Amino acid sequence: MHIVDGALSNPVVIGGAVAAVGGIAMGLRSLPLERIPAAGVLSASFFVASLIHVPIGPSSVHLILNGLAGLMLGWAAFPALFVGLLLQAVFFGFGGLTVLGVNAVNIALPAVLVGLIFRPLVARGSPLQGAIWGGIGGGVAVAATTLAVAVSLMLSGDEFVLAAKLVFFSHIPVMVIEALLSGAAIFLARRVKPELFVDTKGSLA
Amino acid sequence: MTYVLTSEEKPLSGFGTFRAKVTALDPRMRIVMTAVYAVVVVSLSNLWVLAAALGLSMWLLAFSGLPSRKTLKRMAMMDSFIIFMLLMLPFTIPGAPIFSVWGLEASWEGLWRAAEIALTANAVILAVMTLVGSMEPVTMGHALFALRTPERLVHLMMFTIRYIDVLREEYQRLRTSMKLRGFRPGTNWHTYRSYGYLVGMMLVRAIERSERILAAMKCRGFSGRIILLEDFRFRRADLLFVLALSSALAALVWAEAVYAAS
Repeated sequence: MHIVDGALSNPVVIGGAVAAVGGIAMGLRSLPLERIPAAGVLSASFFVASLIHVPIGPSSVHLILNGLAGLMLGWAAFPALFVGLLLQAVFFGFGGLTVLGVNAVNIALPAVLVGLIFRPLVARGSPLQGAIWGGIGGGVAVAATTLAVAVSLMLSGDEFVLAAKLVFFSHIPVMVIEALLSGAAIFLARRVKPELFVDTKGSLA
Repeated sequence: MTYVLTSEEKPLSGFGTFRAKVTALDPRMRIVMTAVYAVVVVSLSNLWVLAAALGLSMWLLAFSGLPSRKTLKRMAMMDSFIIFMLLMLPFTIPGAPIFSVWGLEASWEGLWRAAEIALTANAVILAVMTLVGSMEPVTMGHALFALRTPERLVHLMMFTIRYIDVLREEYQRLRTSMKLRGFRPGTNWHTYRSYGYLVGMMLVRAIERSERILAAMKCRGFSGRIILLEDFRFRRADLLFVLALSSALAALVWAEAVYAAS
């Protein structure tokens, strides 16, 4: 899912950077000091969770879980996922530096949108109902991310159209797995800690 | 990213434990120069110039005194992710044909474009890893703060850095207990549900942990100010480094202009 330096055209890179700064600003605004420990620890959990490899047939995929991040963090998912991407680029060499903005938008914007749309649904009804909505949200977030990656490639040049299509279709199994996993995770969270999604106002636990 | 979790080393210890030569330089200067370096290299397009840029990154690696095999292995790891996209380019960009496979024609233009992307990506990421990745993660946070990054973003980053190792250990404890109960991952509903519960449990524990952290921080009167433990100084060696790297970059830009004109 990471795009590397040098592949995208300048307008896409600059547009992504500007949008990312806006998203981070929005996220930080909804993040008072009281909530920073929760956001930081969750950001670290999503970083660790993204290292988990889940088997699928003879191969395996690693998780993204941006849908879950959006459900738990709301707008704060934007800076949280950005920090994860920054650390990945700097310490593991994944992705790139100038494309950091584009990558952040591709992963964090779907997370935030899923959080805004699905969070009320996840909090309502029985744990099973919440889990089903959470699963749908998890799948939608990954689908939107893949679509965003495909669009950023296609905007940069016609030569990427094939690659963009391939990225999207090859990720359909990942969407299904993310949906199942997110659903199960929400189910457990609703059973173990029901108050997690209950609080009325806060975008964080 | 499997290797991160399977290998013994901690994920974010990075290269910080090595007493590399580059660690003596001002971290703020290293971050700024890396950003400049990335922007300049991305703007280049001539293959020879880009090859020279990769050479410059290699020189940075040699100069930094980091373990070069390990660093290059990490760089190669990134290449394995983009290799398919690069392999497709010769077939999707029209131009002078080189050869054809199953009726598809590979073009020279596409091959050059793929080489251009590969050189750019590797040159930039290598520079990022040697100049910034060689820092202690906490030092990077402080340096970013000194460079006027919003305080709350830096706090968020420091928390993430601090708890990645802790949560990774928690993940491994949960995995061990699953293993002890005979869990073997496969392609089935049971596996996905179990992994889902694993993630859910990690999140629940993370929230509870964060409540304890907040209580402990409040108890110590945390007010949200970042207190810089080290003061950064811009020394003569830093100035020399900036001058050397800037002139190398200027030479690259000049070469690009010369090639473009010819």
